[in-house]
Amino acid sequence: MSKERIDIPDYSTLFTEERYVQQRENKKQFEAPCSDEAKAEALAYSKSAEYLEKNFERKAVVINPHKACQPLGSVMAALGFEKTLPFVHGSQGCNSYFRSHLSRHFKEPTPAVSSSMTEDAAVFGGMSNMIDGLQNAVALYKPEMVAVCTTCMAEVIGDDLSAFIGNARQKGAIAEDFPVTFANTPSFIGSHITGYDAMIKNILSQLFDRSGQTAAPGTGEEGEKLNVLLGFEPYTGNFAEIRKILNAFDTKYTILGDHSGNYDSPANGEYEYYYGGTKLADVPKAANALGSLVLQKYTLKKTQEYISGTWKQPISSLSTPLGVKATDKLLEAISQLTGLPVPESLKEERGRVVDAYTDSHPYLHGKRVALAGDPDLLLGLIGFCLEVGIEPVHILCSNGDVEFDGKKWKEEVEALLATSPYGSEATVYVGKDLWHLRSLLINDPVDLAIGSSHVKFAAKDAGVPLVRVGFPIFDRHHMHRNPIIGYQGALNLLTLIVNIVLEQLDNNPSGLVDLVR
Amino acid sequence: MGLDIEANKKLVEEILEAYPDKTKKDRKKHFQINTEETKESCSCSLKSNVKSRPGVMTPRGCSYAGSKGVVWGPIKDMVHISHGPVGCGQYSWGTRRNYANGTLGIDNFTAMQITSDFQETDIVFGGDKKLEVICREIKEMFPLAKGISVQSECPIGLIGDDIEAVSKKMAKELEMPVVPVRCEGFRGVSQSLGHHIANDAIRDYVMGKAELAETGPYDVNIIGDYNIGGDAWASRILLEEMGLRVVAQWSGDGTLNELQVAHKAKLNLIHCHRSMNYMVTHMEQAYGIPYLEYNFFGPSKTYESLRAIAAKFDATIQENCEKVIAKYKPQMDAIIGKYRPRLEGKKVMLLIGGLRSRHTIGAYEDLGMEIVATGYEFAHKDDYERTFPDMQTGSIIMDDPTAYELEELAQKLNIDLMGSGVKEKYVYHKMGIPFRQMHSWDYSGPYHGFDGFKIFAKDMDMTVNNPVWNLFDKKEKVQPEGASV
Repeated sequence: MSKERIDIPDYSTLFTEERYVQQRENKKQFEAPCSDEAKAEALAYSKSAEYLEKNFERKAVVINPHKACQPLGSVMAALGFEKTLPFVHGSQGCNSYFRSHLSRHFKEPTPAVSSSMTEDAAVFGGMSNMIDGLQNAVALYKPEMVAVCTTCMAEVIGDDLSAFIGNARQKGAIAEDFPVTFANTPSFIGSHITGYDAMIKNILSQLFDRSGQTAAPGTGEEGEKLNVLLGFEPYTGNFAEIRKILNAFDTKYTILGDHSGNYDSPANGEYEYYYGGTKLADVPKAANALGSLVLQKYTLKKTQEYISGTWKQPISSLSTPLGVKATDKLLEAISQLTGLPVPESLKEERGRVVDAYTDSHPYLHGKRVALAGDPDLLLGLIGFCLEVGIEPVHILCSNGDVEFDGKKWKEEVEALLATSPYGSEATVYVGKDLWHLRSLLINDPVDLAIGSSHVKFAAKDAGVPLVRVGFPIFDRHHMHRNPIIGYQGALNLLTLIVNIVLEQLDNNPSGLVDLVR
Repeated sequence: MGLDIEANKKLVEEILEAYPDKTKKDRKKHFQINTEETKESCSCSLKSNVKSRPGVMTPRGCSYAGSKGVVWGPIKDMVHISHGPVGCGQYSWGTRRNYANGTLGIDNFTAMQITSDFQETDIVFGGDKKLEVICREIKEMFPLAKGISVQSECPIGLIGDDIEAVSKKMAKELEMPVVPVRCEGFRGVSQSLGHHIANDAIRDYVMGKAELAETGPYDVNIIGDYNIGGDAWASRILLEEMGLRVVAQWSGDGTLNELQVAHKAKLNLIHCHRSMNYMVTHMEQAYGIPYLEYNFFGPSKTYESLRAIAAKFDATIQENCEKVIAKYKPQMDAIIGKYRPRLEGKKVMLLIGGLRSRHTIGAYEDLGMEIVATGYEFAHKDDYERTFPDMQTGSIIMDDPTAYELEELAQKLNIDLMGSGVKEKYVYHKMGIPFRQMHSWDYSGPYHGFDGFKIFAKDMDMTVNNPVWNLFDKKEKVQPEGASV
């Protein structure tokens, strides 16, 4: 360590220096800025009840939506299978965006290729891009499967994936027996979760069809007892937690779509393109399982239809199991599907979490919160809030609309809220965005906001602390490594939330600080 | 000093062996090894600005990214509609750290995602009607917005929407500029065409539309600085200290008015030549404003650039320039004195957009670091011609390299630092190779100017010398044949 100290201010302090403050003022002469009065007036207006009303009247513009597009989900789905390379058929920019978006959340690489379609493909179609692309991708990245999804470009021009892939085989670009699964995922339908569903469903059905086997539920060997599907899962820790739970039951299982390996791989001096994932051979075998356990039932809508329709399996449909009661239900579901009793170790763990709840409840009771997220995550969060005495007030779901049978989801949310007096204050906003949430947070204040990093702008404007849960979390580290499902997840969520409340208390305006809580 | 030319040629050829024949033949044209001859003649046979091969994991983005993500997005007092489906706007939301003063959602709209969120019905029936409503709603929701830009995503061009007509109508109705930008992602081969399209839209719809109250002999524009981590501010401060008056800042922390009055300046100073050369060449032709390329990465290049800028003015400015240099030089010497011994001889590979792979070389060299390979995502021939003289002989220069090529090179050249973007970052972390994000400074910055160099030096030291790199349970590295460094 050098004893000579050189002070190096960075962006967080540098621009508060007088010379930069001066610069900022000086620059205004060329900016033609609005007057301070006009700005103050506009700011006040943006916080008014009148503005809130206008905000909710708008029909066309979407401002800060809490959703992404279909192919992003498909890329994540593809990475859930062993040595599978996601292949995005369309303009290459989309693929770059998916790769960077997912990498920013997980802080891990996202291998995926594109067919790099440009103007000529827009006119003539993207078949030659697909053929060359498959040949290059297989030669270079040596996958055992390629999973193709489309962007809006390929969908608008009407590229026929099945025919193109067939032609690629015919032309010898890829071997006849090399598996290429695909899903149509236009970005103008649904969102990242529908895209996840489309790709998972197609991977399952296409690998099953290739195997030529017939579904025979309940006939599987040990390994195929239970199928587990987590859905569009931003927490790698949740995969570890469900494994822990199933191992405690001492049951065999197959996770269908396990991207946790790809998004939580070790750094040991070598990079491989593929880490973990569901084994391809396990997919057709999964048709012989006793049943399937689904942890994001609204996300995995088509997949469930497929499993129950074609594989003829019973399905336990849950939403993200957050909190004690939801975990109880999860364990019951596993018990039911497998016929095994809930293990003592988990009961003990439950008790420890309830103990933690009791310790923390004084700081949570009656806290008013706003929630934003995907449909299944929100159901989980609401359940968690209600069981610790937190009162959900604003519940916002940008992508819980038409394609998610929004009414049904909303009805379930409202039914859940109605089970508890703590749910009586809540309003559910389907298809709304984070600019709506800003108005709500300002006009009907809450104590905490819970949601992704994107919620921070609205939360900041309203002066509300944000508890980061969901996707994407760009601005905090390693949140996704810790589970939020299961009893352990309940404890983690509790810890996260109660400590943000305690930190707020330490910053209270009176200046009175307590050592003991 | 130099690297082994033949060995590096061989190395590149070996790496390309993995490709199918057609792609191998194509990719070969995108590599060149620097020689004394190419250094002097700047002649390059290297292929650039052509389509990427499908299926190869190119680092490139698209036109929309070049227009909305780079050029238009940072203009703070306009609302930029990501027109089309939800994704493009969502993924480009706040990722380039273009800082801007102002209140978000009131008089600053940079860190927002405003989209028409196209649904299937919009694709079938067209989105023009919806776009009209959106423009009106923007006026309603953001009364202080000075204008609107319509950033087209892929479907807009494919379904044949007439955003020009809608924009014209709405500009009249709302009494402010509404600018259609045809930056659909499938246009062109990379972000680069998006920059060009964005520049053309500024030229056609904004430029020259307002006047400056008074002009002066020292009026200049900063062109092609996106204020990443505050870069443009750290640059502007030096120009102003030197006695120049910066009229317009394009486009980081920029405003509509600055775009509109920029034609009144006496000199255009262009930093990112790749993304805004179209603009300065147009302004030279149309308004007779000369331009000067400058480089504020690292003290050597900054001194050189400040003097070149001052040389365009009178003795007063030139004296001021020397004063500015004299003021900051001791600070820069102290930084170099501290960090150079820790970074001397470290080997660097860079793969950045269309400019920084050459612009940052001086800054690395000021710290004693050596660039062994460098490449661009979307550069053109003129960028490469500017790059060859700045690189040592034997170094590898590459265009649109694939992830695979970079990973092979990184290992075989045994580099100590990789500078690229977030898609690459975590790959190098796995490999145990120190990495810095050179598109967005990795949540740090600024890197421009003298204040920026301090942070740059600190960041490079932090990256290369952090003890975490010693914790890797690595396999013994074997120096392969053909590696020259």
